[in-house]
Amino acid sequence: MKTAFMTKLRSNKALKSNLITFGMVIIAYILMEILMAAGVLSNLLKGLLVPLCVYAILAVSLNLTVGILGELSLGHAGFMCVGAFSSAFFSKCMQEAIPIAGVRFTLAILIGALCAGLFGILIGIPVLRLKGDYLAIVTLAFGEIIKNLVNILYIGIDENGFHFSTKSSLELNMSENGKIIIQGAQGITGTPNDSGFTVGILLLLITLFIVLNLIHSRDGRAIMAIRDNTIAAESVGINITKYKLMAFSISAALAGVAGVLYAHNISTLTALPKNFGYNMSIMILVFVVLGGVGNIRGSIIAAVILTLLPELLRGLNDYRMLIYAVVLIAMMLFNWAPSCIRWREKMTYWLKSKKPVKNSGKEA
Amino acid sequence: MALLEVRNLGISFGGLRAVDDFNINIEKGCLYGLIGPNGAGKTTVFNLLTGVYKPSEGIITLDGKDITGKKTIDINRAGIARTFQNIRLFKELTVAENVKVGLHNHMKYSTLEGILRLPGYRAVEKQMQERAMELLKVFDLDQEADVLASNLPYGKQRKLEIARALATKPKLLLLDEPAAGMNPNETQELMDTIRFVRENFDMTILLIEHDMRLVSGICEELTVLNFGRMLCQGKTAEVLNNPEVIKAYLGE
Repeated sequence: MKTAFMTKLRSNKALKSNLITFGMVIIAYILMEILMAAGVLSNLLKGLLVPLCVYAILAVSLNLTVGILGELSLGHAGFMCVGAFSSAFFSKCMQEAIPIAGVRFTLAILIGALCAGLFGILIGIPVLRLKGDYLAIVTLAFGEIIKNLVNILYIGIDENGFHFSTKSSLELNMSENGKIIIQGAQGITGTPNDSGFTVGILLLLITLFIVLNLIHSRDGRAIMAIRDNTIAAESVGINITKYKLMAFSISAALAGVAGVLYAHNISTLTALPKNFGYNMSIMILVFVVLGGVGNIRGSIIAAVILTLLPELLRGLNDYRMLIYAVVLIAMMLFNWAPSCIRWREKMTYWLKSKKPVKNSGKEA
Repeated sequence: MALLEVRNLGISFGGLRAVDDFNINIEKGCLYGLIGPNGAGKTTVFNLLTGVYKPSEGIITLDGKDITGKKTIDINRAGIARTFQNIRLFKELTVAENVKVGLHNHMKYSTLEGILRLPGYRAVEKQMQERAMELLKVFDLDQEADVLASNLPYGKQRKLEIARALATKPKLLLLDEPAAGMNPNETQELMDTIRFVRENFDMTILLIEHDMRLVSGICEELTVLNFGRMLCQGKTAEVLNNPEVIKAYLGE
C-alpha cells in the first residue's frame, strides 16, 4: 500500500508539490504550538499568529486572480472588508441566539464567504470585461468605495426590528432599549472572539485545498487557458465569461473568509485605510508578486516573512524600514536574477546530487 | 448536401470590402484549399467561419444548421475547430493539458467534484488522460506530454495546435497556414499527418496555405481569393493551371 502510494507520488508532480505545501503549513503550526507550550513565544509574536493566517489566506486567494486567472486586482481588501463586516454583524446579532461558539463561527464563515463571493460576482460582471490597467483601476476604486460605505453605515436593532441610517446613530430612531450594532466610523464593537490560531490554520488549509484542487481540475485548466490565450480558449469552446467570473468570485469569497477570521480576532472592527484600504490591497499584491505570481506556496512564505520581518526588526527601530527595504530587494534578486537562479539550481543539484544540470534555466 | 455551405458571405471594415460575395461548398471528407496572395482575405474568411467576426451579409450552414453570426464557442460546439496562423497555444500549460483543454466540453465533471476530488473527478480525469495520450500519439508528441507547450520546437507546436483542435471533436477542421515556417522535410511530414487525420478521424479539412507543394500535393479542390473576391474555384489541377490564377500570383 505504502509503495503504491510512493510510486504514485513520484509519477505525479502536482500531488507531490501539493503535499509539500500542506506539510509546510502543518509543520509550522506544530512548531508554533510547541513554542507556545514551552512559553518561549513573546506576546508580540502570539498576537501575530492569527494575522499571519489572515494574510496567508489573502495572498493565496489573490494569487488565484493574479496568477491563475492572470488579471490584476487591486481591490482585494474590499472583499475582505465585506466578509469581515457581514460576518461580524451576524455574530453580534446571534451572540445570544446561538450560544455555541463553534456553530456560530462556522455560520459566520459561510456568511462572510457568501457575501464576499456575491460581491465578487456583482463587481466581476461589469469589471471583467476590462483588461490589465483598467481592471486594476476599477477594482482599486471598488475597494475604496466599500471601505467608505461601511464608514457611514449605522445599523441598530430594537424590538421593532432593524434600523438603518447613513447619517448618525441618533437618526436610527430606536426605542430606549435598542442596541447599536454598526456605529459608522466606530465600526462594530464587541464581536465575539471566536477565532484563534488553530482555526486560522484550519481555514488556511481549507483555502489551500480549494485553490490547489481547483487549479488541477478541468475548471482550473480552463481558467489558465484563458490566461494564456483568450482567443484560442474561445476557439476550443471555453466559456470565457463563466470561468473568469468563477475564478474571481472564488477568490473574493476566500478573501471574505480571511475577513471573517480577522473580524473575530479583534474587539473593535473598524474600516480604516490601514486594514481595508488600498494599502492593504497593495500589500497582498506584494505578497503574491514576491512569492511568485502563480506560485501558491510562495505566496504563503512571502506573507509570513513580510509580516514577521517588520515586527522582528522592531528592536533596531531607526533602521527598521531600511532593513525591510534591503531585504525586499535582496529577496527579489534571489527570486528573479538569472545568476541567482543558476546558483539555486546548482545548489539543488548539489543537495540532490543527481545527474548534472543540463539546462541552466530558461533565461540563459 | 455539402458539410459546409457558404452563400454570399461578405464583410466590410469601414470602407474596406475585406471579403465580398464568397461562396463555397465543401463535401464531407474533402481536403479543401483556400489560397491567394497576401491580404486577399483568407484569414478573414476563417474568422468569419469561426465567429470571430460577424458577417455583414451571407449565410453559413454547417451540416444543415445555420451558424451565421453565432459566437465562437457555439460554433466550436456546432463542429468547427481551427488552428491559427501565428501559433496560439496555452504556453504555461503542458502539452497534455493543452489537449485536455480541447476535451473540456466532451468530458465533464462539476466544479464541486473537482474541488472535493470525488469519484467522478478521478474517473473522468483518467479518461481525459487516456484520450489526450491517444491524440498525442497520432502526432508523435506522447513523449513530450509533460513538457510545457512553450518549450516545444516550432514544428511540434504546430502539430499540438492541430491535436488540440481535434480534441474538440469537430466535423470541420480549419488549418491556417499549417506549413508556415517549416522546412521541406517537416512539410512532407505534415502532409502525411494531414492525410492521416483525414483518413482516421473521418475529417473534412479546409486549409489556407502558401506552400504550393503542399497545396498541389494534398488538396482536392481549391478556391482562389484575390482582393476579397473569388477568382477561381474547382479541382486543384484545373485551378492551378488557370491563367487568371497564375496572373494573380506571378503578375503578367
